[in-house]
Amino acid sequence: MKLTVWTYEGPPHVGAMRVATGMTGLHYVLHAPQGDTYADLLFTMIERRNHRPPVTYTTFQARDLGSDTANLFKSACQDAYDRFQPQALIVGASCTAELIQDDPGGMAETMDLPIPVIPLDLPSYQRKENYGADETFFQIVRALAKKVDRSAQISCNLLGPTALGFRHRDDITELTSVLSDMGISVNVVAPMTASPSDIARMGAAHFNVLMYPETGEAAARWLERELDQPFTKTVPIGVGATRDFVTEVAAITGVAPYLDDSRLRLPWYSKSVDSTYLTGKRVFVFGDGTHVRAAARIARDEMGFEVVGLGCYNREMARDIRRLAKDFGFEALITDDYLEVERAIEALQPEMILGTQMERHIGKRLGIPCAVVSAPVHVQDFPARYSPQMGIEGANVIFDTWVHPLVMGLEEHLLHMFRDDFEFHDAAGPSHHGGHTPAPSADAGTAPLPSRDISEDPKSPGGADVIWLDAAERELKKIPFFVRGKARRNTEVFAAQRGVHEISVDTLYEAKAHYAR
Amino acid sequence: MNDLRRPPTPSGCRDTPILKQRGQREVFCGLTGIIWLHRKMQDAFFLVVGSRTCAHLLQSAAGVMIFAEPRFATAILEETDLAGLADAQTELDKVVDQLLARRTDIRQLFLVGSCPSEVIKLDLSRAAERMTERYAPSVRVLNYSGSGIETTFTQGEDACLASMVPVLPATADRQLMLVGALPDVVEEQALSLLSDMGIGPIRVLPAPRADTDLRVGEGTVFALTQPFLGDTHAALQRRGARHLPAPFPFGEAGTTAWLRAIADDFGVDADTFDRVTAAPRARARKAIAQASEHLRGKSVFFFPDSQLEIPLARFLTRECGMTAVEVGSPFIHKGIVGPDLDMLAAGPTLSEGQDVDLQLDRCRAARPDLTVCGLGLANPLEAEGMATKWAIELVFTPVHFYEQAGDLAGLFSRPLRRAALLKLEAAE
Repeated sequence: MKLTVWTYEGPPHVGAMRVATGMTGLHYVLHAPQGDTYADLLFTMIERRNHRPPVTYTTFQARDLGSDTANLFKSACQDAYDRFQPQALIVGASCTAELIQDDPGGMAETMDLPIPVIPLDLPSYQRKENYGADETFFQIVRALAKKVDRSAQISCNLLGPTALGFRHRDDITELTSVLSDMGISVNVVAPMTASPSDIARMGAAHFNVLMYPETGEAAARWLERELDQPFTKTVPIGVGATRDFVTEVAAITGVAPYLDDSRLRLPWYSKSVDSTYLTGKRVFVFGDGTHVRAAARIARDEMGFEVVGLGCYNREMARDIRRLAKDFGFEALITDDYLEVERAIEALQPEMILGTQMERHIGKRLGIPCAVVSAPVHVQDFPARYSPQMGIEGANVIFDTWVHPLVMGLEEHLLHMFRDDFEFHDAAGPSHHGGHTPAPSADAGTAPLPSRDISEDPKSPGGADVIWLDAAERELKKIPFFVRGKARRNTEVFAAQRGVHEISVDTLYEAKAHYAR
Repeated sequence: MNDLRRPPTPSGCRDTPILKQRGQREVFCGLTGIIWLHRKMQDAFFLVVGSRTCAHLLQSAAGVMIFAEPRFATAILEETDLAGLADAQTELDKVVDQLLARRTDIRQLFLVGSCPSEVIKLDLSRAAERMTERYAPSVRVLNYSGSGIETTFTQGEDACLASMVPVLPATADRQLMLVGALPDVVEEQALSLLSDMGIGPIRVLPAPRADTDLRVGEGTVFALTQPFLGDTHAALQRRGARHLPAPFPFGEAGTTAWLRAIADDFGVDADTFDRVTAAPRARARKAIAQASEHLRGKSVFFFPDSQLEIPLARFLTRECGMTAVEVGSPFIHKGIVGPDLDMLAAGPTLSEGQDVDLQLDRCRAARPDLTVCGLGLANPLEAEGMATKWAIELVFTPVHFYEQAGDLAGLFSRPLRRAALLKLEAAE
């Protein structure tokens, strides 16, 4: 058993739902207890889909346990087929149904439905959401994709985008245009936008673009082996990666490399003098393996940040990310426990976090600016506006997204510098947290939040035997908030190493000189 | 079985035949109750013993609240736990040790059963007894099931409260007990109205802390503030307490009838009752009249969700001038919602349970002006051109008693006002 509050990933059947919901003409019959339909609202609310996910749940209850659940499954299967008339069906079990061992695949096969029925075996107690998506897509491809004649024009499939994917919708558009500029057409985008009949004609493509290894790699490898379609290894997020991607596609297809960068603004924006203050900003990167790899490269090579730590939550990418971290000269953090991530961030005191929704909240608590670069994300990261991560426009979007909290950081700095002015005061708060209330009032019947619960004591790591003298404490408060935590920690470590028990203003500045970069 | 004809009833719905269907149900499981219960019980921790799905559900349902480090968590079963049962108990001990060492402020720990833990028959009640001995007297450990196979949404609160009743200390004293978790502001209003009539002592279940003087026995009469408390109702009766049947305190009429049932039992005279309730009643009527302007003459369709549907339909039809097409509820306990059924004019289909696809067919055919449903159905129905009110909000928002009556009507009228306001299509 493992004590958990947050989970970076859902169970594997949610991954299967992401594939089914992204596709059309496919229906998923999920053997699951009443209540598992909660996952529908991820799609209807977070992604704001205008239709119900194409999933039929058997919703068995306690009184059904026993032989009855098998019949329940069969009738749910038949009803789903009759009502929705899908081109193909996927069937599987959620975590509870896995325990009662009804074998949905076997039962569905005996029903002789006139469409392909693809059984899914998703081990809920070992694997997670991304595996579920990858495996489901792989099984669908394996069951439906056939050898067909190659298209006359050079074409490719885009593999990996799913429902609930971080910016998948716009990445498809951006990548399609990058490829089109090279004279390459897109044969099938899958699973998102594809129907089972589209899957059947995937073989017409000359090669595959693996957009997201987390959700498309198993299918890409199978297509390479069975249909002789090579797949791309570079994920085109960032300027350098996009250029590498174009080179890689050119090498696979033999067409001339071409990238229309007339709208690309990241390099100039990053070079312009206004960006000088970004130099050496210490950033911590966390998320899924693919986005972390891309973000780390952009941070170092295209923004001039210093990457002080990185890691991912999906075990499947652990090896890759460990190797990447070694290149940066430190150990990767591979964990799905947000408390470990929080401890790592607290210890490193970065000036910025690039992470997921969880890191955004860790950052909020520690007062560190954060930009979201990876799932899991909340509703605000399924924006109405065009905002890809991939390709030319993706680079522009990333520059704005990452710099935005920092510009605001400077603004806050100014606020603090002038806080003794009559127009500024501590209660004014940061300007970008629109509509902030000066002090939480007792409204709407909600009790005050407990400050910190299942987490470690955030107090000074330097040890309890170091005391801050009043003058030093006052001096510390003059330091801008976004480096204050680091200054406090460095000073305490400095003092502890020298056996100093009382921190004076002098100690503070000696430590500052010691750590000067 | 769709076209069940109702025999004509002169008034009220108590004897209306109930349409019962089974099939796919688009509802939450009882684990969701934790999200509001833990806010109410300030020294309690809720530990779900379940799968990653359970943790994911709590995270999705809790939305942004999860980031406030709430007092609930999931002990996720792993493969090794499924291999042998003895092992699972030691594993659970380890997790609880770890948890209580970190959270020394916890006085009550609930081990909450889930579908996986029920299916593998993990004996959480034995675990709770064992741990109660181990951590006595500082922590009391209880258990209940919030699994989807046994509970629907708000039934989780019922299961939780029912688990507390047997361990309440006994008393023979005459007292009133209010049962059901209410937002603090609402609870205070209720207490002050009753005290002003001279009724007391009044206790509330659940109490905000474990060390309050909450007791139960022969002299206890209890009033439910929420309709989904069937098991708690039975558990209290087993302890000798007596139930005061009443309509639920939604709207002006509901609140007045609810208060009157209690006042009558405590022998409060009519003058006192009027003196205490006259002003808030007038305020409530005025607020409802304003807020329900857009509701009058409109039809409403309830999908099953929380068991609040019948009392809310009664409020919307009697006090806001709506007509009900169908009132779906996950579970109908006539001993509890009977008074509301009496006040609900005959007409609507009453349905218990669900086959969601068939119910959607009925809803589409009826084209109601407003559909009350869960978040999994709301946007898809909006996309079909139907105005919806998502139901979960009715459980979190203060909606009971006089001062909230206008807000309650407002929750239903807002989607209709919005639909009228938005001009998104280009002119024809």
